[in-house]
Amino acid sequence: MKSSVITFPGSNCDRDMDVALTKFGFKNKMVWHNDQELPKSDLIVLPGGFSYGDYLRCGSMASKSKIMHSVINFAKSGGLVMGICNGFQILVESGLVPGVLLRNKYLQFVCKNVHVKVDNKENTFFKNLDKKVLEFHIAHNEGNYFCTSDQLKEIEDNNQIAIYYCDQNGNTNDQINPNGSIKNIAGIFNKEKNILGMMPHPERMIDESLSGEDGSIFFRNLFNNIK
Amino acid sequence: MKVSAVITLKKDVLDPQGKVIHETLDGMGFNSVNEVRQGKYFEIDVKENDPKKAKDLVEDMCKKLLANLVIENYKIIETQ
Repeated sequence: MKSSVITFPGSNCDRDMDVALTKFGFKNKMVWHNDQELPKSDLIVLPGGFSYGDYLRCGSMASKSKIMHSVINFAKSGGLVMGICNGFQILVESGLVPGVLLRNKYLQFVCKNVHVKVDNKENTFFKNLDKKVLEFHIAHNEGNYFCTSDQLKEIEDNNQIAIYYCDQNGNTNDQINPNGSIKNIAGIFNKEKNILGMMPHPERMIDESLSGEDGSIFFRNLFNNIK
Repeated sequence: MKVSAVITLKKDVLDPQGKVIHETLDGMGFNSVNEVRQGKYFEIDVKENDPKKAKDLVEDMCKKLLANLVIENYKIIETQ
């Protein structure tokens, strides 16, 4: 299985993602934002970081970069695309998934482990996952997911909510919402479920001795689903 | 020709920065503030001398990059 990770100026989780994908079997290539063409890939990842210094709005500049034309074409023809953190912000700015990511409600950069509930397993990203609650890491200043009430209705009607912030037992409530996201939304799909954007970083949870194993579970399962 | 654009958050979008600025102003003794909404201001010098065309150009920029229309409104406020 082949994957590609796009590096934008200011990306800083691109190499972590490369390590994670490679560890779980992907043949990964790093792609520079100024390239025009994507290598043949089964999965494209937009990594976390601070592309273009978060100028204007997080992800807005990166969403207009050269390689994004190819990423958008790839995604629109059904290719698997995953955006993590800043990658999620790039996905919303390019219109590949609905909504926007606003400044965190309490105006604080949030950096901690969180639990997320996987809501929808009828997709390539989470199919066959044997856990309902995963522990991932978040580190962001603009992760407060927002959309209009019309969009929210559409997202819910189409089962586009991928993961919710929750406690370790899977309960979602305001107390454990780290950034003020509508409905505790931590990640969403496009309508067709081939594009996933999420704030949490699974690539930071792939070493039992350093972090946790839930990222390993996620990537191993993803690899098997694509295989 | 210089054209200016102001980008503001839509009414129903939470503006925590505006809220904190409001609270700080309140703490400083500016007690007559009802609400503060923070926005962005752009001065764009375009290679275009026709005011209508210059304005249209900046409007296009607002739609495609400067504003995110899910949460923001834009206003072209001035043409020089």
